[in-house]
Amino acid sequence: MDNLRRRNRRLVLQLMLGGIFMFGFGFALVPLYDVFCRVTGLNGKITNTGPVAIAAADTSRDVRVQFIGVNNEGMPWEFRPLLNTVSVNPGEMRQMAFFARNPTPRRMVAQAIPSVTPSEAAQYLHKVSCFCFDQQALDADEHMEMPLLFVIDKKLPADIHTITLSYTLFDITPDLSAGQITNDDTQRSTL
Amino acid sequence: MDTTLSQTAGIADHGHGPAKGLGRWLFTTNHKDIGSLYLWFSLLMFLTGGCMALMIRAELFQPGLQLIQPEFFNQMTTMHGLIMVFGAVMPAFVGLANWMIPIMVGAPDMALPRMNNWSFWILPFAFTLMISTLFMEGGGPDFGWTFYAPLSTTYAPPSVTFFIFAVHMMGFSSIMGAINIIATILNLRAPGMTMMKLPLFVWTWLITAFLLIAVMPVLAGVVTMMLMDIHFGTSFFNAAGGGDPVLFQHVFWFFGHPEVYIMILPAFGIISEIIPTFARKRLFGYASMVYATSSIALLSFLVWAHHMFAVGMPLAGELFFMYATMLIAVPTGVKVFNWVATMFHGSMTFETPMLFALAFVVLFTIGGFSGLMLAIAPADFQYHDTYFVVAHFHYVLVPGAIFSIMAGVYYWLPKWTGHMLNERLGKAHFWLSFIGVNITFFPMHFVGLAGMPRRIPDYALQFADFNAVASVGAFIFGFSQLVFVYNIISCIRGGERATDQVWEGSHGLEWTLPSPAPYHTFSKPPLIK
Repeated sequence: MDNLRRRNRRLVLQLMLGGIFMFGFGFALVPLYDVFCRVTGLNGKITNTGPVAIAAADTSRDVRVQFIGVNNEGMPWEFRPLLNTVSVNPGEMRQMAFFARNPTPRRMVAQAIPSVTPSEAAQYLHKVSCFCFDQQALDADEHMEMPLLFVIDKKLPADIHTITLSYTLFDITPDLSAGQITNDDTQRSTL
Repeated sequence: MDTTLSQTAGIADHGHGPAKGLGRWLFTTNHKDIGSLYLWFSLLMFLTGGCMALMIRAELFQPGLQLIQPEFFNQMTTMHGLIMVFGAVMPAFVGLANWMIPIMVGAPDMALPRMNNWSFWILPFAFTLMISTLFMEGGGPDFGWTFYAPLSTTYAPPSVTFFIFAVHMMGFSSIMGAINIIATILNLRAPGMTMMKLPLFVWTWLITAFLLIAVMPVLAGVVTMMLMDIHFGTSFFNAAGGGDPVLFQHVFWFFGHPEVYIMILPAFGIISEIIPTFARKRLFGYASMVYATSSIALLSFLVWAHHMFAVGMPLAGELFFMYATMLIAVPTGVKVFNWVATMFHGSMTFETPMLFALAFVVLFTIGGFSGLMLAIAPADFQYHDTYFVVAHFHYVLVPGAIFSIMAGVYYWLPKWTGHMLNERLGKAHFWLSFIGVNITFFPMHFVGLAGMPRRIPDYALQFADFNAVASVGAFIFGFSQLVFVYNIISCIRGGERATDQVWEGSHGLEWTLPSPAPYHTFSKPPLIK
């Protein structure tokens, strides 16, 4: 009987540890999911950022790049791309800008989150610099043009002719008190 | 199962029966008492969730808003789903496991009787907490039983916190129940009861218990993340803070897909007990049943994203989850084949449990086929979030899981009560349920394919006729359950005395015990050759 009690206790302990492990695994899914998206380039998250070696452009191909600017719910800014579509050769560095205006009577801080469609193209869209790396602040009724410098990788699969780059602008003013606005490059560039 | 008993089961003459009064039920550690508590609780929740379903169907009887407001309608769909999944189907299977597993493996009780008491008594509190949210300011949960963020976080009613704690409590209860079942099966088998001699109900429950331990903690994790997003300023599911609402769906369905097998594997076990009894043949392909069940359980961890084909997955993902899902049809097909092969050339009789088991085989297979249609990723873009999905999962859950529970209750009721049930009433219940279920859910396939979205209180006029038909069916099915309740109560109160074997073709340890099964059984383990 004591033997049975010992076996029961061991089994229960193992199973409880299993349960606790799976509880942890549920939380581990959060970074795992992120790592998985980054490794595979799924989910349209752009991980390809920073300086790039200048190489000759592939003039035999044209890729249409479409730009979309949308406000997240409750965001009052005027936010739109200066051009809706540009045609670029893979390998060619191109500058673009988005227009933003703060129509409210108070200072606001915003953060743009990019997304690429089709998501397979995300890993070939290389952003040299982007306003989305930083938080953007505008005083009341102030406006600005926010620049974006990008290159399409020459290895872009031949069946992709159009890439859509969409930015969603989030109001992050309530998260920060004035004067605490940072330009934390390393943190934001992973977005 | 080819266990032959070398002696009749050892029944201990302890000379003490159940305690008297309410204390018997509050403090009981007897597996039969706890099994009964689970089953009564499940019946109560089944009727509660059923009333909510009838409210939904009454509103959908005609287009336009007649009876209830959209806000309340949403609370009804949500609570109906939650109560049926966590309150009716799961506790019913745990109840059957409590009653049957110890006497099927020749054990005196569950391995951990006090924990058993605790895992049951958590449940009434969890569901009181959850149902009480309906009376709170802002109403109860209204975001669907899948509680997708941000509906369940940013836009949720304040009562969502109570919902989260209720889910935590249910999770604790299920995990403790699962641990207990595994310990009982692995450590308390009678001498000679090897793993490959276990009745299939025991096998399917063993696998289900492992699934529960693997995924209920993930559910607890995901509601904890919601809690932190709502109250502690984290951003797991909030894109503004760097999170991702799609993450919620991945984590939820990592739990959710094994969960649907938690609700069907024990059903497979019950059906695999009943069909051989009434076909008077041994189960065809016992070992293949065990392997099929295990492979279904393993595959269930690899198919979660077929619930989210429309979320914007890359093609490779769509294809992987599509083929993995279709793969599940193979072991499931093995099971259906084995049931049919068991009946083949058997001398079948059609008592109530067998009728429910046969209806299970046919209707669950229909639900399986609509599941295969949904698994086709390109087609799923058309079916996603339509009534076709509602028709599919109700076919696998109502005439699937719930019919199997009813079959199991009718099958073992004479063993529990010592009285044969009223066959005439049982058959009436079966036919009313069978016809009601099909009238309710079959038209939903048509309106779904025609594009009627799910979870709406009002709909376009062209769906009116089929919806009216479905509502009539729902009321037939709903009220026919009163026959079930009456039949159970009258069987407890009296009736023709049941023999020990109860059914002519029954086979297994539980049928060697007297009917009704004594309060303490197998205090001395039976000998199994």
